[in-house]
Amino acid sequence: MEIIDKKDITVLIAGDSGDGMQLTGSQLTQTSALFGNDISTFPNFPAEIRAPQGTVAGVSGFQLKFSSEKLYTPGDSCDVLVAMNAAALKANINKLKSGGELIVNIEGFDKKNLRLAGIDSDQHPLESKEIEDFNLIKLEVTKLTREVLKESALGQKEKDRCKNMFVLGYLYWMYSRDTESTVQFLKEKFGGKPDVLEANLKVLNAGYHFGDTNEEFTSRFKVEKAKLDEGEYRSITGNHAAALGLISASVKSDLELVYGSYPITPASDILHELSKHKNFGVKTIQAEDEIAAICAAIGASFAGSLAVTASSGPGIALKGEAIGLQAILELPMVIVNVQRGGPSTGLPTKTEQADLLQAFYGRNGECPVPILAATTPKDCFYMAFEAARIALEHMTPVFFLSDGYIANGAEPWAYPTEASLPNITPQFASGDGTNYLPYKRDDNLVRKWAIPGQEGFEHRIGGLEKEHETGNVSYDPENHEFMVKTRAEKVEKIADHIPLQDIDAGKPSGRILVLGWGSTYGAIKTAVRACLDEGIDVSHAQIKYLSPFPKNLKTVLESYDQILIPEMNDGQLIKIIRSQFGIDAEPLNKIQGLPFTSSEIINKIKSLA
Amino acid sequence: MEATENKPLTAKDFSSDQDVRWCPGCGDYSILKQVQSVMPDIGVDKKDIVFISGIGCSSRFPYYMNTYGMHSIHGRAPGVATGLKVANPDLSVWVITGDGDALSIGGNHLIHVLRRNVNLNILLFNNEIYGLTKGQYSPTSPVGKNTKSSPMGSIDQPFNPLALAFGAGGTFIARGMDRDVKHLRGLLKASHDHQGTSLLEIYQNCNVFNDGAFFTFTEKDSKARNVLFMEHGAPMKFGAEQEFALRLDGLSPQLVKSNDYSDDDLWIHDQHDKTKSFLLTQMFEHPEHTDFPRPFGIFYQEDRPRYEDGVIAQINDAQAKKGKGNLDDLLKGNFTWKIDD
Ligand code: SF4
Repeated sequence: MEIIDKKDITVLIAGDSGDGMQLTGSQLTQTSALFGNDISTFPNFPAEIRAPQGTVAGVSGFQLKFSSEKLYTPGDSCDVLVAMNAAALKANINKLKSGGELIVNIEGFDKKNLRLAGIDSDQHPLESKEIEDFNLIKLEVTKLTREVLKESALGQKEKDRCKNMFVLGYLYWMYSRDTESTVQFLKEKFGGKPDVLEANLKVLNAGYHFGDTNEEFTSRFKVEKAKLDEGEYRSITGNHAAALGLISASVKSDLELVYGSYPITPASDILHELSKHKNFGVKTIQAEDEIAAICAAIGASFAGSLAVTASSGPGIALKGEAIGLQAILELPMVIVNVQRGGPSTGLPTKTEQADLLQAFYGRNGECPVPILAATTPKDCFYMAFEAARIALEHMTPVFFLSDGYIANGAEPWAYPTEASLPNITPQFASGDGTNYLPYKRDDNLVRKWAIPGQEGFEHRIGGLEKEHETGNVSYDPENHEFMVKTRAEKVEKIADHIPLQDIDAGKPSGRILVLGWGSTYGAIKTAVRACLDEGIDVSHAQIKYLSPFPKNLKTVLESYDQILIPEMNDGQLIKIIRSQFGIDAEPLNKIQGLPFTSSEIINKIKSLA
Repeated sequence: MEATENKPLTAKDFSSDQDVRWCPGCGDYSILKQVQSVMPDIGVDKKDIVFISGIGCSSRFPYYMNTYGMHSIHGRAPGVATGLKVANPDLSVWVITGDGDALSIGGNHLIHVLRRNVNLNILLFNNEIYGLTKGQYSPTSPVGKNTKSSPMGSIDQPFNPLALAFGAGGTFIARGMDRDVKHLRGLLKASHDHQGTSLLEIYQNCNVFNDGAFFTFTEKDSKARNVLFMEHGAPMKFGAEQEFALRLDGLSPQLVKSNDYSDDDLWIHDQHDKTKSFLLTQMFEHPEHTDFPRPFGIFYQEDRPRYEDGVIAQINDAQAKKGKGNLDDLLKGNFTWKIDD
């Protein structure tokens, strides 16, 4: 049989949220990554845990691009669509390239499924004219799965639950992958349930061999290893990376990590991950609400720990008053916001970058807080670590912004070693405490951290305005103004301790600069490279340090005729750029709960060029 | 954590250099003084003591203690104290709160700290009014209370803080008053000794906005008749001559004359008996109990695992099973691959 070489392949697997699509997708990801492809993923969850079966609202999708070249996005459209039912097809068929492979489970296209998907039965989608555009492969997944398991002692329901393994096995065959890492994974997952393990393994194998023995299928595909930089790699999602970044910061600062959190989508996975690593001395507190979660972190920071709280927009709104307290106390804390669609409950499972202004301004009083944002899943590691470094070394709460897209998305990561990470050195008060003034500052305007248990340093702090140096309660008008300015200046001075803004692609000056922040990185990078290949004068800079900005940002911005700012919001960074630098920029906004495709950005660049 | 100083500390050592700013005559002064005088006796170094408060008149308290302290935000002191205690279980942590702070805006945190049983001491200054905001009804103000925000009388059913603490799974539930200083000192000490969350409600007179709310219990001419000081293992007697007593008919309390019964037939206080202790917290609410005394002292005490011990135990457990965390292994994970040039 013919094996066709491809540069890259984008697969979108879609089905009911109960069909195990996410697991299938992440296994295919793991296997492709282990094989040596570059990978980029985009899991797309429905809002409900078990939305009505068979409906469009219940469709769960997992998009994976694997490539023999470096990747920055999971792809604008897909080469292969696996649709487990009619609703999954309806929701995703517009993403399939013409001529692409359309693999369907025809059992998901019966009368009932069509009705649930809101499709007229006389317009059967698999018999439509448009479908001829694609290479249609029909499978009877349930029937085949049951057939394989006819001797198994499992109940019908449990048997049917294995059917995603059939699809996975088939995909492995089609893309010339071996099943080994999934076999390992299943052994770990179902080690305690030999019946279930055996059934899953059998179905996985059957799916693989089905391709081999069925003559209908004439071609297989292959994507060679990617020429990634030399090194040892693993696959990582943004939330997982953030958790590892925080633990690393705890190790490198030699402080205990205390994590106060309340479950919220899409941030909960950080709590799950951290609570697995108690052997690192990690203390996780699942608090009664968002406010208690951050307050527990405040208490822990007072006690001298690396304190972290995490949430998403609605939870951050609840924490606002406590963030203000931490800012006026001048104690360290990392506040993670894994952003999602808003306002209010908004789109919990979808991505958005609409909490930037909240991070800048969402508190009462003058309350500047440093803000960092990660650009990709693996970058969540480095920026979470950076957030902890800045918090601890500058005695301030720090926002670390991520979002649903990179939090759940995965990519290969040439993971670092402990030795390669910098030490974090908080300034603890020392001596016998005789002349200790809690709000006396060093050159960076940072105060010394004295913690309960330290003899001679007994002192009181609180949310009332403090007198300069002594920290005693003060209502003095001049003192208040002085303290407000001093706290702001302390945050400004952090600019001396962060990297300068770099240009990711293109020339250091020229016609157009595409200025992004956070998770739009991959789409912008892909777009800018494509435009550069066409000879367009365009460059790309991605801001990771949003407050304070890198010191050279103004100069960078002034080096181009025009600035284009794509954001997954209605224009937030652009407001800040306008107000801080008086530079007008061109917005490109997408507020659909979905990341940009690179073509959307390419089109905009071309319209300006 | 044990005191190591040679020279014994006195109450004065616990007083900070800040001027105390409560209204003259406020009940808070007396409570502050009792706390300062008990501190040298609890056997904890000054450096290991932390006072955490929320917002309200009473919440200024930490500023006046020469220990570590934090004046946090409204209602959230239990959250801050929980984090502090989890981070450093060796500290002696005291939460200072009021009826508005603990029972209104912070109600959620109060019930959760009680159920978790974090080893800290909550002093709930109950003055049945909002003082700092200048006199609105609070969640413990009685129905009908005329205040600035209830000129026609409050229509809110008040909380019974101790019954609430019971419902939340509190393990140490007690009541004292600002004006019986010796009794209060005993309760402060007992709160410290209890290993778990201690909830000590203290009736506190706000002489500016709610003067005399508790005079029935605190003033000489009415105190004896209306206050029952409970002692574990002792019969429940009260009155100037201990002439009145309580006895139980099944689970129904009765007010009797002490002389009519032998002590053995009276209600003997058992602070570990959940059912009977709960009856005591409810005593003043029952419509037929209008002439019953109000109980003071320790209503209930129970030993139950402490939250922070659970946190530490899991860490120890994880380290025993997996060994102390190795960052390089963690960063590597379970599935890796190599790219060579
Ligand atoms: S308002 Fe009342 S509670 Fe507040 S300080 Fe004055 S007397 Fe005390």
